[in-house]
Amino acid sequence: MTRQHSIDASRPRFFTPGVWVVVAIALIGAAALLARFIFGLGRVTNLDNGYPWGIWIAIDVACGVALAAGGFTTAFVAHLTNREEFHPLVRPALLTAMIGYTFVALGVMTDLGRFWAMWHVMLPWMWQGNSVLFEVAICVMTYVTVLYIEFLPIVCERFIGRVRLPGALRVLNGPIDRLLRALDAALGRVMSVFIILGVVLSCMHQSSLGTLMVISGAKLHPLWQTPMLPMFFLLSAFAVGFSMVIFESLLASNSLRFKPETDLLARLARFIPILLGIYTIAKVIDLLNRGAGFHLLDGSRASVLFIIEFGLGVVAPFIILMVDRWRHSARGLFAAASLVIAGVVMNRLDVFLLAYTPTIETRPYFPAPAEFAVTAGFIAMIVLIYRFIVLNFPVIERLEEVRA
Amino acid sequence: MFALPANKASRSDIEARGHVKASVRNATFAREALSRRDFVKISGVCAAGLATASAARASEKQTLDADRKGVLVDLTVCVGCRRCEWACNNANELPHGELSDCDDQSVFDSRRRPTSIHLTVVNRVPGRDGAAPTFIKTQCMHCEHPACVSACLVGAMRKTAAGSVIYDASRCIGCRYCMVACPYQFAAYEYEKALTPQVKKCQLCQSRTSRGELPACVAMCPVEALTYGRRDELLKLAHERIDCNPDRYVNHVYGEHEGGGTSWLYLADRPFTELGFPELGPDSPAQLTETIQHGIFKGFAAPIMLFGLLGAIGKLSHARAAHTHAVQTEKVTP
Ligand code: SF4
Ligand code: SF4
Ligand code: SF4
Repeated sequence: MTRQHSIDASRPRFFTPGVWVVVAIALIGAAALLARFIFGLGRVTNLDNGYPWGIWIAIDVACGVALAAGGFTTAFVAHLTNREEFHPLVRPALLTAMIGYTFVALGVMTDLGRFWAMWHVMLPWMWQGNSVLFEVAICVMTYVTVLYIEFLPIVCERFIGRVRLPGALRVLNGPIDRLLRALDAALGRVMSVFIILGVVLSCMHQSSLGTLMVISGAKLHPLWQTPMLPMFFLLSAFAVGFSMVIFESLLASNSLRFKPETDLLARLARFIPILLGIYTIAKVIDLLNRGAGFHLLDGSRASVLFIIEFGLGVVAPFIILMVDRWRHSARGLFAAASLVIAGVVMNRLDVFLLAYTPTIETRPYFPAPAEFAVTAGFIAMIVLIYRFIVLNFPVIERLEEVRA
Repeated sequence: MFALPANKASRSDIEARGHVKASVRNATFAREALSRRDFVKISGVCAAGLATASAARASEKQTLDADRKGVLVDLTVCVGCRRCEWACNNANELPHGELSDCDDQSVFDSRRRPTSIHLTVVNRVPGRDGAAPTFIKTQCMHCEHPACVSACLVGAMRKTAAGSVIYDASRCIGCRYCMVACPYQFAAYEYEKALTPQVKKCQLCQSRTSRGELPACVAMCPVEALTYGRRDELLKLAHERIDCNPDRYVNHVYGEHEGGGTSWLYLADRPFTELGFPELGPDSPAQLTETIQHGIFKGFAAPIMLFGLLGAIGKLSHARAAHTHAVQTEKVTP
């Protein structure tokens, strides 16, 4: 494996006018975040005893975890079933997962009232094995660590043979380089274990994320409340994992100006309608089984939400991807992937927020400006970090070709 | 090797030496990636985790004393004087004002819920056809198998053998999952505190009852609408009252079975749904999640099996790829 990799003048610049807008959103978010830690949850959010969880849990955490699923689905397809052709998609997906999960952790921390006690989750004598949240927390923490380990080879690759510390630190260049080489070699040997571990951990917490709301019982509308929630969450995580890879790949080729890998993506996209099909069958059986289907026709807010979620997020992309011509066009792929993503986002929002009615309705929850600002700020930060890493580390293969 | 794709090397570079390298790489994976040693190692780690987790679980096993206590609320007796509210705030060192403030009837105009500074509140529900209204004292129900206890990831909520559900702030991380879980949603949170917010709810006057005193609200009630005692005796008493006065009560003790049963029990003169009590099945909401959760993670069997399965898939597919590559390489190389 050669280690030549030149960052030459032709690479895209980090700052463009659009990026400055994102920076501004990130800064506003940071200010709101600061306000939350200084003044407390009560002053900056609209959370109350009826709605203890708001958009920070529903979007930053629940959607965040789902949308970062590309990491493990691609790892599975490319590495475990060993399809070389998909390898170019692994690194961007891994990067998304790594940044995504980091921000999931930040999102949780923002929402925790006693964030300084967060480490209690790691103390064995505090563990409460019945808690679904405990399982999710431990899994997510372990998985973030695994993701960072999986990313290390990329860091090694970037710096091996190119450690150039300035001035007096120059003497360290040699040792650091040797260290990186040793690390790279060692990682190479054990990486398979981490990749499998990553897939297992993902399956565990993606499904448990669904189990999380089962305990809320009748507070969650019967169209969503089912013991099958863990399975639905896992299936939709698979589907959205592939969709995110397609979505991001098309977005990146557009923004960084290289030809989209439509054929490759179309091949990956074949998995999606299969998953959506299984999801649909399971969903129908579950609704009939529980006798909850009649809620669909009662014209309530919940029924409308459900129909939009299911129609746009499951049925529409299924149809698009079943048409060969559409699946092989960048536009068709982009539309289908976006719909699946929107559908999953809406599903997580419904389960965690929109279809949730407190036993004693106080006042309806609508997020406060600071809640929106923090959420938008996090998304902006993710975009900036993603862009920075993509431009400075060997993540996107086509980008290297553009540069060469 | 089973590493991330070598996409920093140029395409031609890979193509030039690709087959040989790939075959070496894949063969290495086949040999090393999921060697038995690794697999055993991983299973060992999982098993250790499982042992700790199940030990933790065993210690939480519900150990309910036969003589655990509770409170029976007879809604047909309550006159809505709100003295219990005052006594509760007084006993819990919360702002309480004068006792005479309780006479203010305007609070009944809206339905209230327990908050972080009112652990119990009395609501008024208008009577049917001009009959006298019903006053309903609400507070944490102290479930027999509490959802909040099952939900809390750090064990900050605990069901004591004596029957109360108590909260330990020193463990709490403030995630508020207990509030999401509670079917009555009576737990409240100190949102206004920036650093040390707590979940606030009735603790069944744990500190008083452990000294042999009555809960403050029970001691204060001027009409004896509240009775403190062993839960089984309270249930007997409740059914006796119903049997002796079938016209006065509906034949239902709320809390006997609701959500797996509660330590606070209610008697009323009309259906509880009319009074705004949630309709709950005979199982605790925690029952279902614990069954799902333990079903999936029992003995960590499913995750370990998944690990093994994925390992096998990886090994097989890479071995096959290595073989194909080897064959190809043989053909290509003279
Ligand atoms: S038992 Fe104690 S804490 Fe609970 S409502 Fe009565 S006075 Fe308040
Ligand atoms: S009523 Fe709510 S807060 Fe009280 S014990 Fe039951 S679940 Fe917990
Ligand atoms: S808020 Fe505290 S008591 Fe409630 S579930 Fe979270 S850690 Fe447990």
